Amino acid sequence: MNELIERALDAAERGGAGYTEVRVAERETEQLTVKNGALEAATSNVSAGFGIRVLVNGAWGFSSSRSLEPAEADRVAGEALEIARASALAQKGPVELDDSPPVTDTYRTPHDEDPFAVSLDDKLRVLMEADAGMARVSGIAIRESNLSFGRERKTFASSAGSRIEQEIVEAGGGIEATAVNDSEMQQRSYPNSFGGQVVTGGYEAVRHLDLAEHAQETAEMAVALLDAPQCPSGEMDLILDSTQVALQVHESCGHPTELDRVFGTEASFAGTSFLTTDKLGHLRYGSEHVHIDADATAPGGLGTFGYDDEGVAAQNVPLIEGGMLVGYLTSRETAPRIGRRSMGSARAWSWSHIPLIRMTNINLRPGDAGSLEDLIADTRDGIFMSQNKSWSIDDRRLNFQFGDQAGWIIKNGKRTQLVRNPTYTGITPQFWGSLDAICGPEEWTLWGLPNCGKGEPMQVGHVGHGAAPARFRNVKVGVGRW
Amino acid sequence: MVGNAEVAGLLERVLASSSSPQTEVLYLGQDSALTRFATNYIHQNVREHDASLQVRVVDDGRVGVAATNRLDDGGIRDVVERAAAIAARSAPNVRAAVLPEPDGREHDPELGYVASTADAGAELRAEGARAVIAAGEANGLQSSGSFSTSVMTVGVANTHGIRAVHRSTRAALLTVMMDGFASGAASGYAQAGSTDVAEIDAEALGLEAARKGDEMRGAGELEPGEYEVILEEYAVAGLLEYLSYIGFSGLALEEGRSFMEPGKRVMGETVSIHDDGSDPSGLPSPIDFEGVVRQPVDLIANGVANAVVHDAATGARAETGSTGHALPAPNLVGPMALNLFMDPGFTPRDELIAGVERGIWVTRFHYINPVHPKKAILTGMTKDGTFLIEHGRLTRPLLNFRFTQSVPEAFSDVRAASRETKLVPGEFFGAARCPALHLGSFNFTGVTASEGGA
Repeated sequence: MNELIERALDAAERGGAGYTEVRVAERETEQLTVKNGALEAATSNVSAGFGIRVLVNGAWGFSSSRSLEPAEADRVAGEALEIARASALAQKGPVELDDSPPVTDTYRTPHDEDPFAVSLDDKLRVLMEADAGMARVSGIAIRESNLSFGRERKTFASSAGSRIEQEIVEAGGGIEATAVNDSEMQQRSYPNSFGGQVVTGGYEAVRHLDLAEHAQETAEMAVALLDAPQCPSGEMDLILDSTQVALQVHESCGHPTELDRVFGTEASFAGTSFLTTDKLGHLRYGSEHVHIDADATAPGGLGTFGYDDEGVAAQNVPLIEGGMLVGYLTSRETAPRIGRRSMGSARAWSWSHIPLIRMTNINLRPGDAGSLEDLIADTRDGIFMSQNKSWSIDDRRLNFQFGDQAGWIIKNGKRTQLVRNPTYTGITPQFWGSLDAICGPEEWTLWGLPNCGKGEPMQVGHVGHGAAPARFRNVKVGVGRW
Repeated sequence: MVGNAEVAGLLERVLASSSSPQTEVLYLGQDSALTRFATNYIHQNVREHDASLQVRVVDDGRVGVAATNRLDDGGIRDVVERAAAIAARSAPNVRAAVLPEPDGREHDPELGYVASTADAGAELRAEGARAVIAAGEANGLQSSGSFSTSVMTVGVANTHGIRAVHRSTRAALLTVMMDGFASGAASGYAQAGSTDVAEIDAEALGLEAARKGDEMRGAGELEPGEYEVILEEYAVAGLLEYLSYIGFSGLALEEGRSFMEPGKRVMGETVSIHDDGSDPSGLPSPIDFEGVVRQPVDLIANGVANAVVHDAATGARAETGSTGHALPAPNLVGPMALNLFMDPGFTPRDELIAGVERGIWVTRFHYINPVHPKKAILTGMTKDGTFLIEHGRLTRPLLNFRFTQSVPEAFSDVRAASRETKLVPGEFFGAARCPALHLGSFNFTGVTASEGGA
């Protein structure tokens, strides 16, 4: 591998590159799904290759190949140089990177139990026991239990002198029960929708989930939702569970603080951002209770790593402080434009992708409202919603609408009627401005979100969001005709 | 780039190295390039060469799947061993243990392959970007977008005798033109896709987006509610893509998750939607990821739910057989209709608007997502060209709306469809060729009136 890297760096420099990065990576994944008592999917995937990104006269070029033969480095470097020269045909000005220093280091995800060393039999037993728990409930049409594991080994080298080796290990899983009748389909998941919970860490994370223990109650809720009344429409106080707060943070704070979006470089696909740089330090984004950090160092977070894919060390930086916009997610190219150095959030999905500004762990700090039950008891009338099943937000990250799996009407501080198909909608700063209470640290969970899409070609991002249940006043709920 | 014959040889080598009773090998090759521009300059410019082998083995009902992008002997040996090892320790599952058999139908192995697209270089894409940017600059607009060219190769072989290889090319150009990022900023859009890069007219696309962006200056608010709408082809294609995802799959129907009820009227009688992977007026993909030749399937026939698409497993359970719409195994999503066609109407596109007394013109939708799959209720935002229609003409640009709407319900009142159709590459997969539509009612549930502050 060293020969390939050195050859790539040398070929790029000889070809006229002013700056070169080489990333060599191998990603292993294992995914297991039991559906209705049978092993529906069991896969083991390996993908390896390398990518070369060059700056030639301040214009970017990138090429990549699955072939790790050293001679391929010459060809791919040449292709990257040719592409960079084509980029110069429509160039505004030379790209200038920040002065982040070169680094030589290694990083490995701390974990107790290598998930790839655990036998398939043990993993299947976990899934089958969870499936059996859901099967105890009649009326469930689809029972799904899944486990997923990943390991990426990658080496980053730059012409500035960086040499960084990392091994990122991921593990997670979840269960989902689906109940269906002639007109409705209702789902309930544990511990979260869309695959459950995924973290950086080892198999101990799966043991901690204890899927079987929660299987029966998960299935019972799916069945109960079928016959629950439709969520009412109107404006009311809204309490979200920590999973939905996490997704709300993702869509309405994480994405709009990506500085590439702010500068318009995602305009044609993911969109732009209402958080333009003139608002930095001036915009009241939310109420005084809202403190949001980008923390790539948080233990176990799915957005936790040692160094980003530009070789910048993982950091913890505030984005929203006391409701005010104070920071952005940045890269080496974008940070200097606001007079800062990269905070290390340029991440590439694989060896064949360039680094884009991606979320790390975007965390809403816990508050002092106690437990979820304390918060409900403190709410005279309203609605509590739990676990996402639908999301949409406009290109500037202002106008959003979310649907959840379950809702409960709150009357006189008590959780009462279960309702189905709960939805809510709002405008980002007004919504965060209406937040008046966040539960305490005992309710705070660092959720993994493994399906964040961005960029062309589309890249998948693995990010994290720490959140506790929170209350928002006078929110429009029950959207649409049902 | 690897040719079809070389892929066929590779597939045979993999099959020969497997000792499992049943084995399927899927080859996916990709040689793709994408030039991306924003605020009038090229900021990302990438190329990728990748190819992978996915091996599915079936042994007494036990299934294992493994994949690798190492194509040498060691890689082949490793991927076959991993798949067999998983199968050996798996529980039997007859639902998933179905490999298709040859059905005697043939396909053109290079349908939709155009050499000039395969050979397109970074300079050609950069020139396309420059043409778009120039059109925007002439109208005081900043252009963003992407220009991509790619070669995709799919090859499948299995121990039942399936042997299929197909390669095709794609070229796609899209642009969003804006005059800023503030509320009410003008924005316009244009997109085109083809197997032949020579058919991508960058200058014409630039002019289309620039004209739309120019017309969007000074957008104002309108109360959300139910309105008649004209949906341009981009908007219609976005809805079709999601209908396919949530409803046209045999698995969704089998599990009761689909709005499709075979034999029941679910849309207006003028609405017919079919899937055809071999129609050269789309972006052809004549074989699926199990090597089965895609059959044309009439999904909606004159408003009636007629059929759904199947892979080998759902086709066996439905006793219809595969229609050739498998995704790569193991596939929890189910089969997918990727080559959609909606029948045109009889109204010249330019005359659609004449039939609208008061309504809204929608160029495209952004960030569509299902709210309720079984009712096919979707939500999303309008984008890049939303206008008020009064007395049969556009009277003013509007701030973007959020919609929350059942698509079958909306398609139950199609007042007119354009006689022309446009091919629109999917945002996430496939493509749709469809007309512009005049619908009697569409439910807009919100508007982005002002960002304000907290």
